[in-house]
Amino acid sequence: MDQATLRFVIQLLIIGFTFFMLINASALLVLAERKIMGFMQQRYGPYLVGPHGLLQPLADIVKLLFKEELRPKAADKWLFTLAPIISVTAAFAAFAAVPWGAETTFFGLLDTPVKLGVADVNVAVLVVFAITSMGVYGIVLAGWSSNNKYSLLGGLRSSAQMISYELAYATALASVIMLAGSLSLREVVDAQDGFWFRVIPRWYLFLQPIGFIIYAIAGVAETNRAPFDFPEAEQELVGGYNTEYSSVRFALFPQAEYINMTTMSAVATDLYLGGWHGVPFLDRLGLGWMVFLVKVGVILFTYIWVRWTVPRYRYDQLMQFGWKWLFPAAVVNLIATAALILYFNA
Amino acid sequence: MPETLLFYLFSGIAIVASALVIGQRNPMYSIMLLITSFGALSALYIQLDAPFVAMAQIIVYAGAIMVLFLFVVMLLNAPQEDGAEWDRAHPLRRPGVSRLGALLAGLLIVQLVWALMRATDASTAVNASGDVAAISSVRSVGRVLFTNYVFAFEATSILILVAMVGAVVLAARESGR
Repeated sequence: MDQATLRFVIQLLIIGFTFFMLINASALLVLAERKIMGFMQQRYGPYLVGPHGLLQPLADIVKLLFKEELRPKAADKWLFTLAPIISVTAAFAAFAAVPWGAETTFFGLLDTPVKLGVADVNVAVLVVFAITSMGVYGIVLAGWSSNNKYSLLGGLRSSAQMISYELAYATALASVIMLAGSLSLREVVDAQDGFWFRVIPRWYLFLQPIGFIIYAIAGVAETNRAPFDFPEAEQELVGGYNTEYSSVRFALFPQAEYINMTTMSAVATDLYLGGWHGVPFLDRLGLGWMVFLVKVGVILFTYIWVRWTVPRYRYDQLMQFGWKWLFPAAVVNLIATAALILYFNA
Repeated sequence: MPETLLFYLFSGIAIVASALVIGQRNPMYSIMLLITSFGALSALYIQLDAPFVAMAQIIVYAGAIMVLFLFVVMLLNAPQEDGAEWDRAHPLRRPGVSRLGALLAGLLIVQLVWALMRATDASTAVNASGDVAAISSVRSVGRVLFTNYVFAFEATSILILVAMVGAVVLAARESGR
């Protein structure tokens, strides 16, 4: 094979690998969530399917696939079908702009290095933000088209929550973008290469601790995870926006949620935790993506940990917190960052 | 060649979706079609080497403003527009008002044609200054926005602030405070 074909094949393989990892991430997260929940509640969690319940996700998927698909008679036929598709498409598409590894030649296989990640966009931060913000339509439409008051309430809550927390989220992002001076996630990551005083990695986490906390909280709210899981609050709304869904259509919603979690964690890793940098020895070998995977895993674990530790807020508390605390804090953080950048650059 | 094909594809989607927005009885469908139209527009921006504008279009219009539209439609819970209830006495249905509307539409068309005839000069002007990457970069957009167009920028922010204060006042009056 000549270099051009080889390059093309490797690009395709990278895209396929990303897709494969994302699908597996959602399956693994289902298992991890139930196992960690079990651990935290002092029980085993799924244990019967496979060794230590490892094959549980497979059983879940098979069960969901073979269930009967129901659609309420009064539901809107088109939008009811479209909603889960929008959800899961937006979730997958958002990851396309997330880089997950440095440029590599695969140990000299290629003559020019190839970038690990689906697409290298120069406004990647905005692309991820734009596509994840489209994901809310899936939830809102699902809530509306089901023609069920609980679903409708779930959808309404979701849209209000998304708009409220998107502001704080975007403002926190803006501070990092100012520090790196670029909207490209790859450039943001590469700006975090190296160490301060030879020990502390140059991660933006240390320059933007408040920004990171705001990003993390808003991220949890954006992905509708506990303690902000209002669109599907079981005790109040039966099942929330997905009450009327069954079978594969139902399965797509949690899948989209888990993929969104993964994307959120991957973007947090790129923006605040130095992406694939941090272990110079692996970096030199071109295996930095393993570091990336570990970091994403740690954030995902924290996500699950928070869900089973912090109880759900009340709805008015959610709005109060978002608008009166989180957003002002993000704005102050942004202004302080801008002032410090001006001061140190002058 | 593929660029031309994509251009026609996305313009086609934008035009058809926009036309269908008006034709829907169900406001929910209108909103979805409008979002489709915005998406197609943003694809056109990408083709014009303006990725920042394209993403801003999706984030601001398709992502935030349309969610608000959706929110309102869901709260009003109007699955169907009222059909044949033509209220002749309604102030908006008087002949004078319709004529004014027609006049404004005509003016808009004249304006569009005029702008399109001028656009042929504009495209050469952009290409003449060379480097596409430099023009499309966020850095240069920001620089121009905060130097040449700073007045328009500040005026817009004051307008938005006025609208925001108005909304807060209205909301506070409703709740009786």
